[in-house]
Amino acid sequence: MAHAVVGYPSLEVNWQMLEAMEAANVDLVELQLPFSEPIADGPTFVKANQAALHSQTHWEHYFALMSRAARRFSFPILFMGYYNSVFRMGEETFCDRLSHAGARGFIVADLPPEEAVGLNGHGRARGLDPILLMTPTNSPSRLTEIAAQASGFVYCVARKGVTGKRTEISDGVESFLGRCRKATKLPLALGFGIKTEQDVRTIKGLADIAIVGTACLEAWERGGRSGYTEFLSTLSRGRS
Amino acid sequence: MYQDLFDFRQGREGYYGQFGGAYVPEILHETLAELRAAFDEARHDPKFWRQYVEVMSTYSCRPTPITYCDNLTRLLGGAKIFVKREDLNHTGAHKVNNVMGQGLLMRRMGKKRVIAETGAGQHGVATATMAARLGLDCRIYMGEDDIARQRPNVFWMEQLGAEVIAVTDGTRTLKDAINACLRDWVESMSNTHYALGTVCGPHPFPHMVMYFQSIIGREAREQMQKQTGKLPKRVYACVGGGSNASGIFAGFLEDSEVDLVGVEAGGLGISSGKHAARIAGGQGCPGVAQGYKTYFLQDKEGLMNDTHSVAAGLDYIGVGPILAHLHDRGRVRFESATDTEVVEALKLTIRSEGLIPALESSHAFAAACREAPQLSPDDAILINQSGRGDKDIFTVADALGDERWKEFIQGKAAAYESAARKRGTL
Ligand SMILES: Cc1ncc(COP(=O)(O)O)c(C=O)c1O
Repeated sequence: MAHAVVGYPSLEVNWQMLEAMEAANVDLVELQLPFSEPIADGPTFVKANQAALHSQTHWEHYFALMSRAARRFSFPILFMGYYNSVFRMGEETFCDRLSHAGARGFIVADLPPEEAVGLNGHGRARGLDPILLMTPTNSPSRLTEIAAQASGFVYCVARKGVTGKRTEISDGVESFLGRCRKATKLPLALGFGIKTEQDVRTIKGLADIAIVGTACLEAWERGGRSGYTEFLSTLSRGRS
Repeated sequence: MYQDLFDFRQGREGYYGQFGGAYVPEILHETLAELRAAFDEARHDPKFWRQYVEVMSTYSCRPTPITYCDNLTRLLGGAKIFVKREDLNHTGAHKVNNVMGQGLLMRRMGKKRVIAETGAGQHGVATATMAARLGLDCRIYMGEDDIARQRPNVFWMEQLGAEVIAVTDGTRTLKDAINACLRDWVESMSNTHYALGTVCGPHPFPHMVMYFQSIIGREAREQMQKQTGKLPKRVYACVGGGSNASGIFAGFLEDSEVDLVGVEAGGLGISSGKHAARIAGGQGCPGVAQGYKTYFLQDKEGLMNDTHSVAAGLDYIGVGPILAHLHDRGRVRFESATDTEVVEALKLTIRSEGLIPALESSHAFAAACREAPQLSPDDAILINQSGRGDKDIFTVADALGDERWKEFIQGKAAAYESAARKRGTL
């Protein structure tokens, strides 16, 4: 799964990123709706959120891009963002807009499962999967609680911290994923700090989906369109 | 009523009416659970409160006195004015109450590193002080704009051994420092405690910070009865996040005849949009950010607004969920005071009483001065002087346009420059 912050560096570049993702056979894409207080994000995404807002990326632009992408590309698209956007829109309106735009699910980074019961219900009623996060600090009983709310797949957070910093795929990650498997039968996606072809290769067999976020954006910032395309195809090689 | 606030209904832990909660990334779930457990165990241990009071009486200056302001009373010609002197605390503000309390809790949890956000710098200094005293590693996050306004506090934090990190994202003020702390904490929680400085953030912070700050109100109620034979008619406190207000109000919540007045930053005036009056300005609306639900100053799409106040400690987008709830229930009235009114009230208080309230606290004085003339001389009102104004010398001197201060600073700057030039040429 790959990731883009909508509106950063621009909506036009977002489109080029999506084209590159399609070309690299990316299996899933999360589109982040920018927010002014992104507490789960590290410096690269904080900057991206801010810049996207600075260039006036509004809800209408976000949903317009999502609709266009859902019509044009074959990969499923997920919403990613923070709860205040959902709360201000209204949970049902939010789900309506997502489903009209052709999204398949949503990830809300600061909404704990016990607060998400209502939203998840509205989502499921419209065929949207609520994607929940499991983390290495969760107790087995908490993992079970999370599993009870989850659909689609589970987003396993590879390490403590915010997005961005590199993660060593260690024994710790393997045993964490083992705990997740015990808690749920859903496919497991592993994210946070996954950056290289080698990472993707190591994850194969441990998890079902590799999530690459910050590293994609860094590839664009380093190498523009061609660097980005090249980076995605390298990652793809790690899958096979 | 104080106790009722914390009798949470099943499944609504940490909620005060519609406000509060714990909206944090899942990675922090167990950390907050650990903190809740440690706090619950401590507050049910009668020895813990006694130990806290003991520490505050030997390390800080508790109980802080209540001062009757005869001159101010005569000048305004209405209610008798009393001031609760939180400025006399060690480090010069009420912030130390919360910090020493959380320090004792850290000891119970065995955590060795503390992080904190700071706006005015008072909470940062208090936290750095506590860390020095208890032998903890300390890192303070502070918005770059606030560092520029409050250099003296940064200086002391560093002398106290804390590492001060300038936060350069967002609006570079208090809210961004809170985000930076949350980002540090999601990585460091196994050895680190986040000593949040006000009654905001995810549960249990609002409850816990109000619990420690309630020492202000508990003392004040007893002192007013002793000194005046009755309760005050009104109690005034400034509201940034709301910790000093929650603390002094805690003593009077059950006394329905006592009006509780929270004073927010009116900045350049409500109609200018440059203020931090979330409730009194009528422009805040419910939202979820920084781990909790409350009235935030935000736009239609839930993005937070830029706020403004002459007082860095009040320059904040949200307000404690308990206060938001007490406002909805009609128990706390919210007012605002503009930067100009605040500087006037500060000047008046300095000249007539020889008290130097912090710019934050001067908001409470401004509202009290506005209302006192309408009350009877038989009434007493109580103002919480949450802190002392020494830290504000640069801002206040600017606001007053003091020429001799400017000359002094220019002289200092010239001396540094010539010394540097000499070193360069030697
Ligand atoms: C002296 C003083 N008063 C008040 C405040 C505002 O905080 P609160 O509303 O939590 O009391 C601050 C914050 O920095 C402060 O330094």
